[in-house]
Amino acid sequence: MMLGASELLRRLGAHVTGMVWRLGFATRFFLLILKQSGPSFRRFHLTVREMYFSGVQSLIIIIVSGLFVGMVLGLQGYDTLVRYGSSEALGVLVALSLVRELGPVVAGLLFASRAGSAITAEIGLMKATEQLDAMEMMAVDPIARVVAPRFWAGVISMPLLAALFSAMGVFGGYLVGVRMIGVDEGSFWSQMSAAVDFVDDVLNGVIKSFVFGMAITWIAVFEGYDAPPTAEGVSGATTRTVVTASLWVLALDFVLTALMFRGN
Amino acid sequence: MMSRKTLDLWVGVFVAIGFGALLFLALKVANLSWLSGAGTYQISAKFDNIGGLKVRAPVKSSGVVVGRVREIHFDNQTFEAVVTMSIDSKYQFPRDTSAKILTSGLLGEQFIGISAGGDTVNLKDGDSLKITQSAVVLENLISQFLYSKAAEGGDKKQ
Repeated sequence: MMLGASELLRRLGAHVTGMVWRLGFATRFFLLILKQSGPSFRRFHLTVREMYFSGVQSLIIIIVSGLFVGMVLGLQGYDTLVRYGSSEALGVLVALSLVRELGPVVAGLLFASRAGSAITAEIGLMKATEQLDAMEMMAVDPIARVVAPRFWAGVISMPLLAALFSAMGVFGGYLVGVRMIGVDEGSFWSQMSAAVDFVDDVLNGVIKSFVFGMAITWIAVFEGYDAPPTAEGVSGATTRTVVTASLWVLALDFVLTALMFRGN
Repeated sequence: MMSRKTLDLWVGVFVAIGFGALLFLALKVANLSWLSGAGTYQISAKFDNIGGLKVRAPVKSSGVVVGRVREIHFDNQTFEAVVTMSIDSKYQFPRDTSAKILTSGLLGEQFIGISAGGDTVNLKDGDSLKITQSAVVLENLISQFLYSKAAEGGDKKQ
């Protein structure tokens, strides 16, 4: 019995040590990316190429889900607002919820599962097939050549995707609210533009999505680089990327919201 | 593998769409300021209190939208709110038309209701409405009601 307890404690200790070690490794990895990110801007086509994979290929899913989220918000919001005779506030409801929360968060979750998983799988497979070692052998730094461009491509793409998601959502809300249900068009836009502030809402949403983009791609490239060089290891790392990145998006969202919108 | 030119094109399209979305959010969703197009004329009206009237709120006559509120500012000479409205040129109103600020529903948005007078001369661009009625402020209404109730109660006691 005593032995069982000590064994349990030992495992707990090993788990915590492993976690702290990984956190330290991830932080050092992050600093290394920043230090080695010169080439990804000097040879910008490397970053552009990765933006194609993480940004352009995420366009369809972002546009379609943004549109549907906006349309659902329009229907649900109208259903509730019409009880209080203020269905004209539909524009405010749709725009604020998208710009402040749903745009950055849902786009972040989609980005984590669409682009983050692909980044992890790619880097993990490169490691498993010893391509990264081969690069090092040729005096090419794999962090500068492979990791940093993917990181910056994700950081640049994410705010654009989130803005696109919000814009498509507002358009979806407009389609349902004004075109389908028949809320007054002028009131829809006027109340929206009166209630939504550029700095407080739109710009803070952009900052949020920028932070999410950083967190997601950091996790994705780290998990890929850290993956055990086996098929099983790569698949496990891909799963971990999606789970960890999604959790971090939600946790960071709470922290950022608490910091930004405390006043109102 | 895709050629570099095609790749650059796609990324360019992506970035353009992204910034377009941001521009849409900034202009249309946040603080839009569309200049009103042709086919409208401006009239203004002074109100003691505009309540919660917003720019781009509808201007209705007999319940039909005939225009939009274009601008609201405070006149520091007369201490009144000046509301400028863009009215569709299709609709012409007599010079003695009156305007009042109405609310759709109990908690709904506010709009301007204008009712035509009997003058034979129509309003021109830049004219101002002379007869106006301010927004009903709920607090004033309640306090008036309470005062009248209190006065009633006082009468009964005597």
